[in-house]
Amino acid sequence: MMEKIKKLILDTVAEAVIEEKQKLTVTVEPKKLHLLVQTLRDNKTHSFDYLVNLTGVDRGEELGVDYLLCSSADLSKEVVLKTGTSDRENPLLYSITDLFETAHFNEREVFALLGIRFINNPDMRKFFLNADWVGYPLRKDYDPNPELNPVSIESKDMVDIAPRILETSDGKLVEEFVNIFEDDDYIINIGPQHPSTHGVMHFRTSLDGEIVKKIDVHSGYIHRGIEKLSESLTYPQILHFTDRLDYLSANINRHALCMCVEKAIDIEVPERAQYIRVIMDELTRIDSHLLAWSAMTHDLGATTAFIYGMREREIILDIFDKTCGGRLIINQNVIGGVMFDIYADFQKDVKAFIPYMRKKLIEYDRFFSHNVIALGRTQGVGFMSKDEAISYAVTGPAGRASDWSCDIRKHIPYSLYNQVEFKEILRKEGDAYARYLNRLDEIEESLHIIEQLIDNIPQGDFCAKTKAIIKLPEGEYYERVEAAKGEFGVFIESRGDKFPYRLKFRSPSMALVSAMPLICQGEKIADLIGIGGSMDYVIPDIDR
Amino acid sequence: MELKDIHIKGIPTEDFKDNEYLENYIKELEANGVNVILSKVDELINWGRSNSVWPLIYATSCCGIEFMSAAAAHHDIARFGMEVTRNSPRQADLMIVAGTIVHKMAPLIKRVYDQMAEPKYVLAMGACAISGGPFVNSYHVIKGVDEIIPVDVYVPGCPPRPESLFYGLMQLQRKIKVEQFLGHKQR
Repeated sequence: MMEKIKKLILDTVAEAVIEEKQKLTVTVEPKKLHLLVQTLRDNKTHSFDYLVNLTGVDRGEELGVDYLLCSSADLSKEVVLKTGTSDRENPLLYSITDLFETAHFNEREVFALLGIRFINNPDMRKFFLNADWVGYPLRKDYDPNPELNPVSIESKDMVDIAPRILETSDGKLVEEFVNIFEDDDYIINIGPQHPSTHGVMHFRTSLDGEIVKKIDVHSGYIHRGIEKLSESLTYPQILHFTDRLDYLSANINRHALCMCVEKAIDIEVPERAQYIRVIMDELTRIDSHLLAWSAMTHDLGATTAFIYGMREREIILDIFDKTCGGRLIINQNVIGGVMFDIYADFQKDVKAFIPYMRKKLIEYDRFFSHNVIALGRTQGVGFMSKDEAISYAVTGPAGRASDWSCDIRKHIPYSLYNQVEFKEILRKEGDAYARYLNRLDEIEESLHIIEQLIDNIPQGDFCAKTKAIIKLPEGEYYERVEAAKGEFGVFIESRGDKFPYRLKFRSPSMALVSAMPLICQGEKIADLIGIGGSMDYVIPDIDR
Repeated sequence: MELKDIHIKGIPTEDFKDNEYLENYIKELEANGVNVILSKVDELINWGRSNSVWPLIYATSCCGIEFMSAAAAHHDIARFGMEVTRNSPRQADLMIVAGTIVHKMAPLIKRVYDQMAEPKYVLAMGACAISGGPFVNSYHVIKGVDEIIPVDVYVPGCPPRPESLFYGLMQLQRKIKVEQFLGHKQR
């Protein structure tokens, strides 16, 4: 199969450089990239139609972008494409937004952080940073002097004009400005300080009566520069950032980074640690889904339901608390295993929780899932088709509600997931109600996974011995896991140092938000909040 | 002058930290003498004010989730009369800054603060709001919300547990209780 893909690549772009690294890596020049991506996406036999990750890297001599593509039918078929430009003054690359919608926000992110502009991207504004930000933070020669970018408390007007660069048919580049909204559009701001946007999201929404015409997403109100900070910290130090990305999948995110480092330096994680990790991961997933459930019901006006969800969540938090002293952010995983062993009554507490939670799931079903108001506000609302889900890279319960089998635990089983039995919940409806039901069903599946593991936790060490200073050998490392909101990924480029050269987190929530303008179009403004609740995104995960 | 009785139900005054700060604060407030009648009315008003603080949750990140836990049944913020979370700054007395504040957010938090009606208070919840926390070296993070708006109470933690938040809220109630409301210059 690999040979066929190689042949396909070489047939399309003869001068492509193919290397066998952790993944099949292909380097092409910028002009050929679009053609190659299109061929890989559109061919019938090995279709690479899911853009997992788009990472901008300052390679020193050149500014480049790495694309991780994989097949939506089999997520374990992966190929990495690389391209770059040596022009640091005015770096230009070609956009693939017309092939993958998810590339849009990612390219805008790369522009804000590395200064690379993408030809043919319809909207080349900076994504996280203000338009007047001086310098490009992820470049190695970035000047961090705070005087260049002083803190300003002056409110500025929003400018709804986007610059873009287009290539005309005769190969000329034209720079132009376009209006995001039409002149007589009625525009309201939803967010950034709004209780129902699930964080500091800012939707500039144009309305036609109470119908949503268009949403313009503004992000970066919690952009903390985690990727830049990581470049000057050692791997064990970086671990604590992962918990603060998507704080509801804290343990799962941390698991991803730990696994990435462990695979790179060949550390064997003790069996006991694996069991503890997976059980804690699944508890985290239940915790996250419960919060999503509570928040969504609250968004739809059911305050009582919110209190119920939070009540069950408290029991999981108590288990976390007793294990390692943390409630929300538990700092449990470390490179080589887990930081603390489980406490004496851990199994008893978890086993008591499983039947309790099952009983409560029935209760949730009884009083919300069939409620007339809930049905009216979620059924058929915020529809997303399977092709749209793939193009926007919407994974997790939301992607599976559109009938896309995208569970990393099934496709690329990591840790113990190939030893446990569980169902991947798929629904065909693709609406807010399907996403809502998917979460409740996944809680049941998580309980089932825990049930299989809880009695079999083997004796032994809970953490492997590691060197005092962890250095990753030169190379590029990817790790993908299934977080509660979707696929979470870690990409590390190491140059043999104890710090990463470039570290990038693939955020599931960014894909979820990028689909919001699509699925909210034509819906009522009141339903926008409910759709947001059904997507369940976490903003610090997007902004990083 | 001895410490005015700043009574919080169930917890004796000695159990609180930073009592010295409050004593100094009272001295400062009473430097020009106290009107006996007005101060009694003050006490009544402050009793009411301190037991119905309506918070505005400026939740940007993880701490916001811990606030949700604090507001839910298990910890129940309603015990302190604070369950009426307001989403409009014009109706709120207290702004709980829960999470990191970054450059892009700075003008907005200032604007929301300016829209709140006096008397208003700010509680900085968590390491990020206090000092920038783990992200203090970042190019885009503001090193403490007190660079932008005045802060009354700091609650450390990453994120703080609901219990620590309640301790901070009780400290705020104590502060409100000693304030002079009528016939005096407010803060």
